Amino acid sequence: MNLQAFLVVAAALVSVGLFGALTQQSIVMLMMGLELLLNGVILGAAAFWYFLAPAGTGGQVLIVIVVTAMAIEMAAGFAVTTAIYRAKRIDMTDDAAELRG
Amino acid sequence: MTTALFVVLAVTAVVAGALVFRVDSMARATFLLLLSFLAVAGLVLMTGLQYLGVVIVLMMVIEMVVMAVFMIMYMMNPAGLMPMSMFHNTRGAAVIAATTFVALAGGALLVDWPVRGGAPAPDLTMALGQSLMSGQMLTMMTLGVTLFATIVGTVVLAAGRGRYDRLGDELDAPESDDRDRGGVGR
Amino acid sequence: MSVALPLGWSVLLPVLLLAVAWAAVAADAVVAGRAAGRPVPWTVAAALPGREALRLLVGQRRRAVAGDELLRGVGGAVLPIAALLAAVVVPLGLRPVADLGAGIVWFNAMEVFAWAAVWLVGWGANSTLSLIGGYRFVAQGLAWELPHMFALITAAVGAQSLRVTDVVAAQQDLWFVVIMPVAFVAFLLSVAAMAFWGPFGAPLDRDIAGGAAAELGGVDRLVFMTGRWLLLVAAAAMAVPLFLGGGHGPWLPAWAWVLVKTLAVLAALVALRHRIPTIRMERWTEFSLVVLTPATIAQALVVTLVGLGEGGLS
Repeated sequence: MNLQAFLVVAAALVSVGLFGALTQQSIVMLMMGLELLLNGVILGAAAFWYFLAPAGTGGQVLIVIVVTAMAIEMAAGFAVTTAIYRAKRIDMTDDAAELRG
Repeated sequence: MTTALFVVLAVTAVVAGALVFRVDSMARATFLLLLSFLAVAGLVLMTGLQYLGVVIVLMMVIEMVVMAVFMIMYMMNPAGLMPMSMFHNTRGAAVIAATTFVALAGGALLVDWPVRGGAPAPDLTMALGQSLMSGQMLTMMTLGVTLFATIVGTVVLAAGRGRYDRLGDELDAPESDDRDRGGVGR
Repeated sequence: MSVALPLGWSVLLPVLLLAVAWAAVAADAVVAGRAAGRPVPWTVAAALPGREALRLLVGQRRRAVAGDELLRGVGGAVLPIAALLAAVVVPLGLRPVADLGAGIVWFNAMEVFAWAAVWLVGWGANSTLSLIGGYRFVAQGLAWELPHMFALITAAVGAQSLRVTDVVAAQQDLWFVVIMPVAFVAFLLSVAAMAFWGPFGAPLDRDIAGGAAAELGGVDRLVFMTGRWLLLVAAAAMAVPLFLGGGHGPWLPAWAWVLVKTLAVLAALVALRHRIPTIRMERWTEFSLVVLTPATIAQALVVTLVGLGEGGLS
């Protein structure tokens, strides 16, 4: 158990989450990718706090922020999904292309 | 013992996370993601952050159950009884993800990290609470306002019928015409 | 600092919970019989849980076509495990099996596993009615979780600690039920609600043919129903350290007080159960969010202000 091991696991979670967020066609699955990515950030924050600066509370506060960000991401994501599904029966990212430049 | 526990939790977190995008059943995908979160919560608990670890468990269980409800609502094939591919741009994404992993993991292994400074506070929960209520007060207030804005914004976005639909354009209907009446009669 | 019981008690804890659950099932049968006008003798009722368990043990298990057996099995097993894990922070006397610093949050985190469990059991059976049961529980859960959390927070604020033994110690002179009655009532409601029992039994109601448990037979049903009763007992036992002074009381030893108070909470719940009809989800949701949540927030605020007036964090 050392900082490097924690960070490699966190990096793996971030990369898997990124892969999911980039490849998934369904909006809901895309959000699961983002959640997994933030999961890795939580692990990284805990590791940095424990192995580098355990005396402060910065790492703990960062985890609180990330957890809140996850809740907001979920709520906002599902609200947008619900809104565009109501309007256009769309649940796939490829169909929701109004903002394409 | 500690190393074995770390390896088990780490492998669980990553493998369950990767399986999320492999399984066909949306229910299984959601609860595999929950398993990944629980493993990370275990790792956070291993660093001694008892309160935050337990809060992650609490939040993620609720969040994933809610996630499952939406999954099944918005997926055309929620149970995965007819396997289908729901990917786009797999190759590009794989390259990006692999590059990210190599960069992050390489950084983690190659950087000369500083030595551990100081010792954890005896009561970490208390330390976090006092920090949030003093030095990090601005953070806490920002989080609170952001969450409130999220509540208002998401309800406005997601609600099918607002108060003007329920109570008329002048909001003067004696009672709403909801199909399902609530318990307070509003 | 830590006053946890010796490790052997973790083996004894399930036995204790099962014994109390047995008594609760028997008492429920007696009250149900009286309410239905067909009194059940005490002797029959006392043997009822054992008879029912044996019947289910030898009974045929059911398998649905194309059901998700893995998820259903996980869901069924998680329910009793969650109840046991939630109970480890309840002081049996003045000492719990595990004296966690964030004990109240731990209890909350373990008990929400019931959400996942009931939904998984409802989903895994591949039956519309059981999935409706699972959804009903999630809808109910979203409504009661907020008042429930505020009730827990109020007790923690009153004791200025998340450690359950500290909450008990803070009630040496005055039980928290006296200074936070709204939180206590909200907690009692959520005890029944988290075990989807009594007026909150809609997830397993007859109008959807047994709901989430519709497709459960044999040993699967036994585990699920046992988990539900264990959850009820664990949550009722948690009301004792949080609001009813824990093991404090005259004459009797601490463990006896905890037992007496737990049984009293359960007796009140069982007696009320047959006087209150099942509440529909949409009615409960609006009541919970419009009335109960603000009331519990106000209760937490009052307790906080009193705590600040008495000198704040010690």
